[in-house]
Amino acid sequence: MDLPCQICEKAPATVHLTEISPDGERCEQHLCDQCAQTQGITPKPPTQVPLSQMLSALVGGSKLTARQIADLSCPQCKLTFVEFRNTGLLGCPTDYDAFEKALAPLIERAHDGSSHHIGKVPRRLDAPRAAENDLIRLRRELDRAVDDERYEYAAKLRDNIRTIETS
Amino acid sequence: MIVEKLSQQPSPWLQAAGPKSDVVISSRIRLARNVAGYPFLSKVTNEQRGQLAALIRSHVGSEAIGGTWSYLDIDEVGELDRQVLVERHLVSRQLTEATGTRGVSIAADESASVMVNEEDHLRIQVLRGGLQLDSIWEEINRIDDRIEDRLDYAFHPRYGYLTACPTNVGTGIRVSVMLHLPGLKLTGEIDKVFRAAKDMHLAVRGLFGEGTEATGDFFQVSNQVTLGRTEEEIIDEFKNQVIPSIVNFEHRARQCLGKERVLALDDRIWRSYGVLKHARTISSEETMAHLSHLRMGINMGRIKEIDIGTVNELFLVIQPAHLQKLNGSRLTGAQRSIARAELIRSRFGNN
Repeated sequence: MDLPCQICEKAPATVHLTEISPDGERCEQHLCDQCAQTQGITPKPPTQVPLSQMLSALVGGSKLTARQIADLSCPQCKLTFVEFRNTGLLGCPTDYDAFEKALAPLIERAHDGSSHHIGKVPRRLDAPRAAENDLIRLRRELDRAVDDERYEYAAKLRDNIRTIETS
Repeated sequence: MIVEKLSQQPSPWLQAAGPKSDVVISSRIRLARNVAGYPFLSKVTNEQRGQLAALIRSHVGSEAIGGTWSYLDIDEVGELDRQVLVERHLVSRQLTEATGTRGVSIAADESASVMVNEEDHLRIQVLRGGLQLDSIWEEINRIDDRIEDRLDYAFHPRYGYLTACPTNVGTGIRVSVMLHLPGLKLTGEIDKVFRAAKDMHLAVRGLFGEGTEATGDFFQVSNQVTLGRTEEEIIDEFKNQVIPSIVNFEHRARQCLGKERVLALDDRIWRSYGVLKHARTISSEETMAHLSHLRMGINMGRIKEIDIGTVNELFLVIQPAHLQKLNGSRLTGAQRSIARAELIRSRFGNN
């Protein structure tokens, strides 16, 4: 015979719990599945975790899983990362941001660990930055020229630096 | 037709030999650039491709850059003429073999060209004889500035100039120096150079760059890292370290050959001269090998009766397309070998 659940008094009790208190008193509980779970007596069944998330947890850190990388695509040109891996060619300038996480390690590997451009900057894009960039370059070049005892060249560089600084 | 005129004369930049020309054939710098607001070429529509070509074409001529420039629409250039352009290093094989609207703008003295719609929207290059990287950088930087005054390039605050292939991103620069290393080849030390170059993240390729094997005595050394270093740093490394040490190495090998194996050396040089002077049929590969020995012999002072200019010109005109242009008709491989032998004999005053 099925006893009804002591809490909801509707569903049949399937979990039978006998507790004995420290002073020897015996206490019985008869609960249904649902109420046993809400009481925390039996564990809740695991909810569905996406595979990629589990993989990501396994791989750890902020790294993307192979699957997430495969799913990447550019909102602008619609290129997928898999297509890029097959051809080695990107589809549009936006790809550099859309694929940033997957692309950054590849770029660093191809460029001896570097990840930032320090060379020429388009003049009209950012005039102050370009001038600053020129100054950094010229000063470095000046140091090198002095080290190499190329004094005539060094003097020319010094003049160029002054011109930029005073402009 | 401009190509017609080109094929009748040696490349002007090859005429002026330039510094260290006994070992350094030529220096080249190219910049990869893309126009902002357009996809890269793998994702452009035919319409966008046409727009890009028209837009870029209007900014890579005399008006923007100065000097005299000619624009060629590759689709309008015949097969043989395309090959002439490749043999003169004015365009890549890739550009001639691709499809879709594409072209090249060429400076009158052939020292500069801008390929349009190759792997990137623009590939600017400046080429000179011998080791002349500073003057090349000055010129290409000027050309780049002039184009940039009229066109917005795709530029990223972190990654710099954006390119279709991330291996070119940042500066978009490729510095290439063409070297003639017969001494190191003969002493068997050439592999050491290759290994040292690899350790420095440099690529060693054949005569026509990417995709061509490093065979014979001619090698092209170029940088692979384009990000995280300034253009000047990359050029400086070539100018002050890489090239001088390879040139020294080659000089030492030649000196060693001249002292310790002079009979074998002379035998090789004079035999090559003999073959070139008397052959009735000769392939381009065999010709290159003999011309290489002759070039070394002249530069080492072992042979004085031939002008180095004659040899340098022959390197260019014995190539298949040039040969057929000079001959005025298409030739089969066997016919080319006969025509090549005739041409060489006539240049050495021996019929």
